[in-house]
Amino acid sequence: MIKIFLAFVRKELFHILRDPRTLAILFGMPVALVLIFGYTVTNEFKDASVAIFNEANDDLSYQLVDHLTASGHLKLVTSVRTTAELEQAFQSNQVKMGIVIPAGFEDDFFRQRKADVQLIADATEPNYATTLTSYARQMIATFQQNQNGTSGVQPYQVSTEIRMFYNPQLEGAYNFVPGTVALILMLICAMMTSLTIAKEKETGTMDLLLVSPLPPIVIILGKVTPYAILSFIDAIIVLFLGYYLFDVPVRGSLVLLLALVLLYLLVALALGVLISTKAPTQQTAMMTSMFALLMPTMLLSGFLFPIASMPSLLQYISKIIPAKYFIQIEQAIMLKAAGWDAVAFPALILFIMLIVLLTAAWRNFQVVYK
Amino acid sequence: MRGAHKREERVQPRSWQKPEEHKTKPMSYAIEAQNLTKRFGDFTAVDAISFNVAQGEIFGFLGANGAGKTTAIKMLIGLSRPTEGDASIAGFDVYRETDQIKENIGYMSQKFSLYEDLTIAENIRFYGGIYGLSRKRIKTKTTEIIQELGLEEYVNRLVGDLPLGWKQRLAFAIAGVHDPKIIFLDEPTGGVDPATRRQFWEMIYEAADRGVTIFVTTHYMDEAEYCNRISIMVDGRIEALGSPAELKQQFQTDSMDEVFLKLVRA
Repeated sequence: MIKIFLAFVRKELFHILRDPRTLAILFGMPVALVLIFGYTVTNEFKDASVAIFNEANDDLSYQLVDHLTASGHLKLVTSVRTTAELEQAFQSNQVKMGIVIPAGFEDDFFRQRKADVQLIADATEPNYATTLTSYARQMIATFQQNQNGTSGVQPYQVSTEIRMFYNPQLEGAYNFVPGTVALILMLICAMMTSLTIAKEKETGTMDLLLVSPLPPIVIILGKVTPYAILSFIDAIIVLFLGYYLFDVPVRGSLVLLLALVLLYLLVALALGVLISTKAPTQQTAMMTSMFALLMPTMLLSGFLFPIASMPSLLQYISKIIPAKYFIQIEQAIMLKAAGWDAVAFPALILFIMLIVLLTAAWRNFQVVYK
Repeated sequence: MRGAHKREERVQPRSWQKPEEHKTKPMSYAIEAQNLTKRFGDFTAVDAISFNVAQGEIFGFLGANGAGKTTAIKMLIGLSRPTEGDASIAGFDVYRETDQIKENIGYMSQKFSLYEDLTIAENIRFYGGIYGLSRKRIKTKTTEIIQELGLEEYVNRLVGDLPLGWKQRLAFAIAGVHDPKIIFLDEPTGGVDPATRRQFWEMIYEAADRGVTIFVTTHYMDEAEYCNRISIMVDGRIEALGSPAELKQQFQTDSMDEVFLKLVRA
């Protein structure tokens, strides 16, 4: 009996070892997950982008800025002169926090023995904003200690006021609703499209379509249009539920938001078509979609984990993930009331991605069917 | 409507003639291939095959697995571009006039190729639709096909629920939904019993009687006997071409099985 059992086990081992996809799941998945969770599910961050709004411009304020940036955790990206400029930097996702040092900082500190510093954080990602502000608050406390000396008494004080922009209640929904829209669109558009085209190939109906007078472009458009419409409706449903159940607003232009939803949706569809030109079966299409689309969209887009907390390699990878740009667009329009100019850059990147993907898909299609 | 009205005018060479006799007026052939070749890199899948198929003829395209049958059929129906040689389908050139070819041919692949999650009527409507048939025409065609196959009770059943033999006959009927001049069948009867195959071939004969040219690949030698003429491919080349009777005479045997084995083993 044990012999028979071993024969069976041996056969099963051959199945596994000869299938690169199964191997990828068995060994690739745990390694990838440990790395991703290990590096990103921490409250640490490096090089967080901050803006300084220094109205004081005195020696002590410069010392404070030096002190804050010396550790390497906060990276001074820009100096702003007005609150409007700071808001622009938030909208274009240039910085995550602004440090405001009011006029007369040094005077207040030495004469009144009490000076104020304001920390303004972009709270569209609430956890990240909290981590960032508490770190900065600590740094300011050590600055105060350094100024007072180690005697124990602290006659001179810096008080820190914290403001959470866009999401004062630190609602998690503000983060997960945009992320869910990005994930759902990727799931339905890319995965379903690649599956449905692979299915036609698998069942042989694709050959019949190609033999018919239908031009290939009509076949592809005919396949993807229903998914485009359905997923657009899905996006609206998620936004609607977000608004009524979780109070996630759309503060900017709804038309602009929906137009960019459409752009992202086309990118996802193009990805699906690209996968399907390569995948001969539904199983391959499914696996490819899971690995190439779903996992990166969930883990590396900034949906679950802040990109700024990732090791630099993962940050580079995140730059080619469409959802990263789309989530940035959503947060800007929905929460920061940003206009076209603030989202033009991520929108341009999505557009370039779309062109590249369509070209690649079209070339593959020609190679396969000529 | 394409083809449908022209049928009566067409010659119907039920007793087929030797291809050489036709050479003076090549337009009367449904399929003509001259040194048709397909190479993938160093590998020559189809090596300079030449043959003609007359209108209304049932032409069997035989060969062992991997002999190049499917590649050849793909070149003829416009799914694959020939590397060299010439071919015309219904008078249209395979390089330049693939669009016209597509309108004049029907195709049934070796994978059973209807949508299992659509009903019989929906499948007919879809395939009629992609060939640009009018709604009225699709309606009459649906009734015709349903009656011909005796499927009245199952019109609104999903195709996936039908037995394989019925699916295949339905697929054949649908391959002819737009009244093509030529129907290409790539191993249409795989996996069914001889009685069901017999029924399928009755449909093929009916179509041929209406003047439709049938180009069929098969593994079954009993089916080869049903053809007017057959060609046998070995390693990308056509090694034998003629009526079943001629081939048996040529290879001095009384069964097509023997003819096939002699060629393939040689």
